Formats: sequence, C-alpha cells, structure tokens
Amino acid sequence: MTAPRAARRDSAPGNDLPVVARERGQRHVFCGLAGIVWLHRKIQDAFFLVIGSRTCAHLLQSAAGVMIFAEPRFATAILQERDLAGLADCNQELDRVVGEVLDRRPDLGTLFLVGSCPSEVIKLDLAKAAERLSVVYRGRVRIIDYSASGLETTFTQGEDACLKALVPELPPLPQGERSLLVVGTLPDVVEDQFGRLFAELGISPVSFLPPRHTADFPPLGSGTSVLLAQPFLGESARACLARGARLLSAPYPFGIEGTLGWLRAAADDWGVSPAVFDAAMAPAVARAERGLAHQRAMLAGKRISFLPDSQLEIPLARFLHRECGMELVEVATPYLDRQLMMDELALLPSGVRLTEGQDLDRQLDRVRSDRPDITVCGLGLANPLEAEGLRTKWSIELVFTPVHGFDQAADLAELFARPLRRDALLRI
Amino acid sequence: MQLTLWTYEGPPHIGAMRVAASMQGVHLVLHAPQGDTYADLLFTMIERRDRRPPVTYTTFQARELGGDTAQLVKASVTEAYERFSPRVLLVGEACTAELIQDQAGALARGMGLPIPVLPLELPAYVRKEGWGANETFYQLIRGLLKPRVPDAGRRPEPRPAERRPRANLLGPTALGFRCRDDVTEVSRLLASVGVDVHVVAPLGASPEDLLRIPEADFNVCLYPETADQACHWLERMFGQPTVKTVPIGIGATRDFLQEVGRVAEIDVGDAKAANWSRMPWYSRSVDSTYLTGKRVFIFADATHAAAAARICAEELGFTVVGVGTYAREFARDVRACAHRYGVEPLITDDYLEVEARASELQPELMLGTQMERHIAKRLGIPCAVISAPVHVQDFPARYAPQMGFEGANVLFDTWVHPLMMGLEEHLITMFREDFEFHDAAMPSHLGPRPAAGRSAGAALEPVDAQAQAGASATIWAPEAEQELKKIPFFVRGKARRNTERFAEEQGIQTITVETLYDAKAHFGR
Repeated sequence: MTAPRAARRDSAPGNDLPVVARERGQRHVFCGLAGIVWLHRKIQDAFFLVIGSRTCAHLLQSAAGVMIFAEPRFATAILQERDLAGLADCNQELDRVVGEVLDRRPDLGTLFLVGSCPSEVIKLDLAKAAERLSVVYRGRVRIIDYSASGLETTFTQGEDACLKALVPELPPLPQGERSLLVVGTLPDVVEDQFGRLFAELGISPVSFLPPRHTADFPPLGSGTSVLLAQPFLGESARACLARGARLLSAPYPFGIEGTLGWLRAAADDWGVSPAVFDAAMAPAVARAERGLAHQRAMLAGKRISFLPDSQLEIPLARFLHRECGMELVEVATPYLDRQLMMDELALLPSGVRLTEGQDLDRQLDRVRSDRPDITVCGLGLANPLEAEGLRTKWSIELVFTPVHGFDQAADLAELFARPLRRDALLRI
Repeated sequence: MQLTLWTYEGPPHIGAMRVAASMQGVHLVLHAPQGDTYADLLFTMIERRDRRPPVTYTTFQARELGGDTAQLVKASVTEAYERFSPRVLLVGEACTAELIQDQAGALARGMGLPIPVLPLELPAYVRKEGWGANETFYQLIRGLLKPRVPDAGRRPEPRPAERRPRANLLGPTALGFRCRDDVTEVSRLLASVGVDVHVVAPLGASPEDLLRIPEADFNVCLYPETADQACHWLERMFGQPTVKTVPIGIGATRDFLQEVGRVAEIDVGDAKAANWSRMPWYSRSVDSTYLTGKRVFIFADATHAAAAARICAEELGFTVVGVGTYAREFARDVRACAHRYGVEPLITDDYLEVEARASELQPELMLGTQMERHIAKRLGIPCAVISAPVHVQDFPARYAPQMGFEGANVLFDTWVHPLMMGLEEHLITMFREDFEFHDAAMPSHLGPRPAAGRSAGAALEPVDAQAQAGASATIWAPEAEQELKKIPFFVRGKARRNTERFAEEQGIQTITVETLYDAKAHFGR
C-alpha cells in the first residue's frame, strides 16, 4: 500500500542538470540547534542560550557526542509548566535567566537567544526580547536572536540562521572600498590557509564570517564580494545581497577541483590574471594531488550512497566521484537550493540518482537493496547499518573535521577510505 | 524557565523510548518534529544497539502546523503498523506536539487497529526521563493485563509443593546502568536458592511475556526508578508480593535473599554466606586498611546512591560525607539514607550545585554519574561511575554486574582502583618534595600524567582563594603556608579551611606552623 504521507515526485529541470526525485515522509536529521556545537567553538566570546524544552538541552549534550565539560558556552532556558500556563511572564523569566548567564560569564561579547520548536509554537517573540535586553546591556554585550527550531531548520541550516542574524550587525563598508567576505564556519587552521592563498593572489582585504571574536565583525557593503565556504548558507547569502554585496558563483572548496574553482571565482572577481593564478596555485595543487593519490587507490570504483543530512552531500559526491573515482549510487539532500548548487550540479554525472527530502524507511529499503560499499548517514543510523554488514561514515564528522581546501583534500578522502580500510583489516 | 547547562535526565518521551526499545513486538509512534530523531543515537551509539529503536516519528514541520498534523499522526500510525507489524502500539507526544494538542493517542485509538493501542501521557514540561520510563512500563502492564485482573478478593492459588517458586525481574531497560549483567547475576542468585526467573521485563520481553507475569509467585522490583508503579499495581491487582530490596552490595544481597526466602516461603540459609564473593575478604585484608575513613561523596539515581552509601559505610569502611540524587521522585529514600549517615542530602538536578557541594566537601572519592566524573576530573578527585545517565563506557564488553555477589566484586575493583594505593600514599606523605612522588602526580598505576594532576591542582585554587577571602581577618605566616603545601593536595583545601576556622575561634591573627598542627589536633583528622 502507498502510505498517504509519502510522496515521491520527479522533476526535470530542463537543460542538462540531473533529475531530482522529491520525497516526503519521516525525516531523520538533527534540527538547527546542532550547529551550536561548532558555532560556540568558532566564536570564542559568544554564548548560545536556547529557549526551549528539556529535549533541546538533551539534544545539545547528545549531539556534542561527548559532553564537552569545559564550562560550555551554551545552555538551555528550559520552559516549564508555569511559563506555559502564563503564571510566569516568559519575558520576565527570560530577563532573569539572561542576567544569570551574564553574571556567570562577564567575559561574553555576544549572547545569542536561540529559538526552538516550543518557543516558536508558543510564539515567544525573541526578536523583541533581544531588542529589549540590548538596551539593558548596551555597551557590555551584543544580544542577537535567531531560530534554530526543527520546524524550520534542518541541521546545518541552524548555522545559516545564525549567520543571517549576524548580517545586520556588520559595520558598513565605506563607499568606494571593496572587500572579500568568506561566509561559513571554517576551522581556524583552514581559515589561515585560505588567508595565505588570498594574500598570494593579492586579494585583500579578506574577512571571515563568523568571526573568532565579537570585536572582529567584518564590514559589509556594495563593494563586498561574498564567497560561500559552505553550501547551506542561502539565507545568509541573500541577507548580504540585500545590503548590496555581490555573491560569487562557484563550486564549494572540497577537493582540489572545488577549491580551485572556489578560489578562481575570487581571483576572477579581483582581476587576477590566469597566469598569476595558476602559478600561485601550482604548489598547493601538486601537494594535494600527491596526498590524494593514496586515498584514491582505496576509493576508486567503490559505490557510495548519501542519506540526506548535512547538506554537504552534493559537493562531497562531486568530489568523491570526480577526484576519487567513486560510483554514486544515490545522493540525497534534505533540501535543494538550486541557486547555491548550480555550479555543483553541473559537475555531477548525468543520470545520478538525486533525492531531495526524505522518507526514512523507504530510503533504508533502497540502501539495503543497493548495498553500496559505503553509506553516509547520521549517527543514529550508522550502527544499525553496520550490523547489517554495510560500511558507513557519520555525516556529523564532516562538519567537525577540517575538510575544506587543498591541504585537507586527502584528509577528506581518508574519512571515507577509513571504514573500508578498517573493514579490510578486521578478521573477527 | 530554568537555566540548564547539562541535564541528568532527558524528557519523559526518552523514558518511553527506553521501554519500547527494550522490548520485542512493541512499536512507538512519537508525534515530534524532525530534530527529536536525535534520540536514536542514544541507543545506537551509547549502547551500540544493532538496530534503530522501534520508533516512528511524525516529523511535522512548520508548514504543517496549520492543520495537517493530525493527518500526519494517522498516516504515521498506519505506516508503522504495516511496516513493522507490532503486537502493541504505543503512541506519545514529545514536547512540541504536546503544545499543539492533536491528541495523538486518542486519534490512534480511533483508527480501529486490530492490536492494543496504548496512548501515553508524557507531560514534557513537568516530568523527566525516569518518570516517563516508569509511566510507560506501568501503562503497558496495565493496558495488557487489565482484562485478566481476577475479581476483587480472590487470592492467587498457593504454589503447588512440587513446583519451584517463580519470580519476575521487573525494571531493567535499554540505556539503564549495567542492566544486562545485573539480570544475569540476579537470575544466578535466585537459581542458587531454587527460584526460577519467569519473566524479565521490559528488557528483552515481548507483549506475550508481559501477559505471563501473573503466573509468577512474586515480582522483584530490580530498578524502582522504572518499575515501582508496575510492581505496586501487580501487587494490588494480582496479589503478587514485591521483593523491594535491591541487591547491590554484600549486605543488601544477603537482605535480598532473606526477603526472597520470606516471600517465596523457602529456606535460604545456606546461600547467605556470600560464598562466591571475594569482596568481604578483600575488604578485611590488611591492604585495605588504607581505605579506612576515606571521605566519599555520592550522587546518583536514588537506588544506586543509597546502595553505594551502605557499601561505603559498612563494607569498605569509608566515611560518607555527602549523598544526593537527581531523581526527585525517589528523594525520600535518599533523605532517609543521608539521615542514617548524618549528612545533608542533596536533591537537585542542577549539576552546578553538585559541583559546588563537591568542591566544598573536598571528598577523596566521588561516586556518581558521568556528570560527576567530569566534575571530579575538574576538581582532581578520583571517581567511579555508579549510575545512569550513561556513557559508552558504561556498556563494557566484559561481564560487569553491580548486583549480587559478583557485583560486589566488581564494585570493590572499580571503586578502590581510582584511589592512591596504601604504600604509595604513605610515601607521598613522607617525601613531599620528591620529584616523582610530588603531590600533583597521579596514582602510578593510572599512568604518567602529571599534567592532569597539576591542572587539577590549579582547578582547586579558586576554592582556596575564596576560603581565604572569607577569612580575611587571619593571615598565614610564610612558614605555615609552606607547611600547608606538604599536606596532600586532596585534603589541603579542607586543612586550610579548618585551620582558618580554628584560628578565628581562638582569636588568632597570624596562622603559624603551630596553629596548623593545633588545628589538626583539634579536628582530630
């Protein structure tokens, strides 16, 4: 029988882009709150206060995988019955909790009030709360709100919501000046590598969003070119455009090809000559190729399926197929932003099975009948698939590990090769 | 609103999932948005379960809030029923669904499925995980067994003389602390006195197994946090007595056998001798004299906390300096236990309070959950984990029960090993300036990690500084300060405070070496 909730629709977008099958059904992904786990490490003086339920608090500590017990810079203001029954004024309660947080952490530069499913449903106006509290704590801490509710955001979309909320806070770029703004959380080591490459190309000034500290909020204006480091930042990109910036179209900096295309977009925008560009890139590319060769031997010809999760699926599939020789069985993504994925889709092989959305049990059925050599999935699904004899890669590792750029291309491939290598090693 | 950095318990629907995931043939439809699916990883990663918990989430989204969500519940129920063919269906709502009031349980009930459909009330803004597990198990037992309740006043048939007594073990669940091995150990214990285990539930049970529960002569309430409601109901409805002693520790195991003997009307005289535990002898051996009076702070679920306190006091010769629990529903048991050992109970689910109490008490050993393990690490105090919330390490590959005589062996090893061994402790006290045996060194068997010890020492400093600020009237002479450093780091904070208190009481302005030793004599430790 066909369950009424499940639907699979195919769309043919015309031109040569792959056909996308849309699925609606049970989804199996984190909500946007999961992004707090890496965002709070990146912005070193930021605190993330989720206004939500015990589930939110439990999710955060479980998604962190291990409990990071250095005093965390995130917490949950757990709604209780008296808040819902109207016995306690939610706004007064929120002010009290914010006061508690700021008492404990006088060193904060930015406090994020993060909306959740319950706070959305009870229509708690966090924008207004942020405005009110900003007046109270003016000059001491910046207070910004965004929603990471699972009703609206899927996993990495939480970062998009957070960065979008930062855009109005960015100081204006003076008229007549230009700048390059790289948007998307990158590990510090990768950020520094890209910084050196941009400097070699003579591209400057370059700034990164999110910044490491509140004091380093980068300027934004009509002279700003925006380069997305992550493929899930559509709303943030559009917010930058609304302030007059231009969005550079490029593949994402995964693998040699992606990184080259990404840097070239900036170089072209800056008028760097192809000869200068090629000369500057050559050593890094050669090194990356050497590193990648080892992993390619393990990956070439192997079949891979992606379950929809981190939104990195399409760029990673492109990398694994074109640079590592893997065969793509299915590439599923939680949602497809065609504008952001244009360059990536053009690089996917024609006829690849591309799925947008999810209907979990049917998807698992397909994985079982396809029996790919490796399946990329969420943490909750990995061990059950392993127990069925399928090798897996947890997608959350892809957002916690330095994987962007030339010098991480081999590391990225190694993440996928390791389960296969391990499988070949074990004799138990 | 309650500011929460870390939480001991999840929301109540996690408790429901623990019960569902424990069983065969039971499926849970959970009305919840997509983010709530994170809960699967608790089972598949922490416990390394080889299959998803039997849960279908409706994963409603913002665009469906207008009115499609009820339809989504029905579709999910239909799909779950057709795909998984459960013999019992549980239907519950997580925190967000509770707010939109779709009455998921009633909707599912009205669909006329040919299997029992049990709606669960899981008030997410009032209750927590433990309560949710307890309630779900109770609703399952009650939902399935209600039609079989005998008429009021009818007592169960007496056990035929030729049949061995039968017991049900109730309460072990997925994500419980060492439940897997406790069940094996308690079954072995019961077998040793001629009692057969009839049904173990929820862990590993099917709905048909639950229907067989009334055939046993009595129930063992192995984990009151998850089974006390069910046991109570079975006692009232089926006249099945409950064995309430939880056999953790030598004394409790003997008491447990005693209670089993009384309830089953059998002689258990021979079995009480702890004949297969080494723990009593190990504890009496001279090497263990260094355990005497070690100051222990205990914080856990109520059952494990109370059991640990008794073992510490009676079986290891420790001094219980604090005991507490996050399980408010069972706070009474822990209060009684605290009273018995003359300490102030700590009933809280705020880990910051636990941390504050720990740094105030300066125990030499912490027994707690994974949260206390982290607190202890920060404070540089040895620690052993005795209770949920669990971590992947709490599912060891080896057999490691907490209950019964073998459990007592396991407890001896795991609680004693983190401590500095006898002679090592003496040497450190004697040769304070020794470059290898300095006070920031870890116990040698825990490996050469002086850095951890040092940072632990540093973590203690703020506590010391506060104590100093509080007693600003007295000052420390440099020689006294120097002497203080020779006291082992794990009791130094306490020595400092005691000395300052003593100086204040005596009206001493400057603390000298003499004052330090006078205070030591005064407090007698």
